[in-house]
Amino acid sequence: MTPKAAIRAEAERLFAAFQAAGAVPVDADILLPAETLLDLYGEDIRARAYVTTDPLRGEMMLRPDFTVPVVQAHMSHGAEPARYCYLGEVFRKQDHLNNRASEYLQVGFEVFDREAPEAADAEVFALFRDALAGLPLRAVTGDIGILMAAVRGIETTDRRKAALLRHIWRPQRFRALLDRYSGRAPMPEARAALLDRLATGTPEALIAAAGPLIGLRDAEEIGARAQALLEDAKVAPISALEAAMLYDLLQLQAPAQAALSHLRGISAHLPAIGAAVDRFATRLEALAARGVEVRSLAFEASHGRTAMEYYDGFVFSFVAGEDIVASGGRYDALTAVLGQGRSIPAVGAIVRPHLVAALREAV
Amino acid sequence: MVRIGVPSKGRLMEKTFDWFGARGLRMTKTGSEREYAGVVDGVAGVELVMLSAGEIPRELAAGRIDLGVTGTDLVRDKLADWQRQVSEVAALGFGHADLIIAVPASWIDVDTVDDLDAVAAAFRLRHGFRLRIATKYHRLVRDYLTAQGVADYQLVDSQGATEGTVKNLTAEAIADITSSGETLRANHLKVLSDALILQSQAMLYRSALADAEEVSAVLGRIGY
Repeated sequence: MTPKAAIRAEAERLFAAFQAAGAVPVDADILLPAETLLDLYGEDIRARAYVTTDPLRGEMMLRPDFTVPVVQAHMSHGAEPARYCYLGEVFRKQDHLNNRASEYLQVGFEVFDREAPEAADAEVFALFRDALAGLPLRAVTGDIGILMAAVRGIETTDRRKAALLRHIWRPQRFRALLDRYSGRAPMPEARAALLDRLATGTPEALIAAAGPLIGLRDAEEIGARAQALLEDAKVAPISALEAAMLYDLLQLQAPAQAALSHLRGISAHLPAIGAAVDRFATRLEALAARGVEVRSLAFEASHGRTAMEYYDGFVFSFVAGEDIVASGGRYDALTAVLGQGRSIPAVGAIVRPHLVAALREAV
Repeated sequence: MVRIGVPSKGRLMEKTFDWFGARGLRMTKTGSEREYAGVVDGVAGVELVMLSAGEIPRELAAGRIDLGVTGTDLVRDKLADWQRQVSEVAALGFGHADLIIAVPASWIDVDTVDDLDAVAAAFRLRHGFRLRIATKYHRLVRDYLTAQGVADYQLVDSQGATEGTVKNLTAEAIADITSSGETLRANHLKVLSDALILQSQAMLYRSALADAEEVSAVLGRIGY
């Protein structure tokens, strides 16, 4: 075990580096209202965060990360542009018997800036690279924005696009939807049977025959979805070419510079990703200008799809074996969700000093 | 001394007694009908501990009992990393029940988990909160829905009469144990066709903390 004092010293060193880079130190409550976090992350967060009950304030959660309170604070009274940093404990329930810490320090850096988002992406990445220089870490990057642009650009209904976009961060369900929409997976039997019945009877009659209406979901909602299913059944499958491009994109893993050439090739067939690929190219230039070797920098198109739900653009991690020592990315949409009508492009990352200190011990 | 935890009442207790009895280990309740105490004969060095089936997983994990009979549903729901804390000795062949997800029968547009997920998205937009699924099996249901990539739902705790929660407007769907499905039908619910979360049955478990030699000797006497 790395001594706590060594971890604290490492955290302070990182925190000082982030302040030297122009960030204003901010603090956040440890006890946060659970509802905001549950609405944002979904029920899964209960398996990972400590939830407790306050007699007056209801369900509260021990801070699982800083991003949400920092974004909330910025959205309610922050000036623009802003750079923030923070240092403090976060708490993560461990559902498996292992050595992972359930309470540890996190040091983070967040940028809220409307100008030159790619330059801000590169700034954050380079800051973390420099702060972690000399350690045996592998950097991996990705870009959720390209995936989202690809989905928005395919030739299909808005309803299908919305369903796919909603599951960008859940690869298994995304894949199941894509298989069905592209005709690779057959329609479930019960769905086909329902469509048959709807062809001859109204939804209202079928609902009445199925049993008494119970619960909050009313006949209108059921009927609306039945209608949507009827319409969806008439939609042509996503073309074989577009589907192939999407599957190819999901699996793309290459050094960043080579990935760019590949993405240019895909955008010839999927023009909608052109703008996102241009931004990717701009970011690579910004990274190169900061001395990042983009010829060897790892790029994985699906990076960040499982672990980091709210990211919707550039994503990156610095990893040592199984351990994610630092990770971050762009989360423009999150600021809109938490901003009560306002939003601002934002990018940030965190580092886990206990893992950094352990690596320094081992070096 | 090997401590065996068994369910303290009902058919689960009777069938457990029968199962051990058939293998030469006779269990009987002592004292009044209502007293939770029992004795063992036929095998030396065994002590009977009468417990609620729901508490047996915890007692096994803590090592306060060495062997215990309870449902696989309870062990897998109540113990994190259950394989590291207990091991399965024998399936007892009774107490069969399925952990399923059920929705109102009037939801003609829903048959699969995929449908439930789509409905959850629309429900949240329309009602402003995540679709509620009532259950007492929080870990099993959440792990299942996470693995399936379902979003926009919330679990609400229901420790009993779960089938009534939809009608009472405290949930939109339920996840519960069923054997015949009769209670579900009586409450105007239907089972999702592809959401069999767990097939549960009564199981004899051994605590990872139990004394290996002592427990093996007792298990040897009953043929395991």
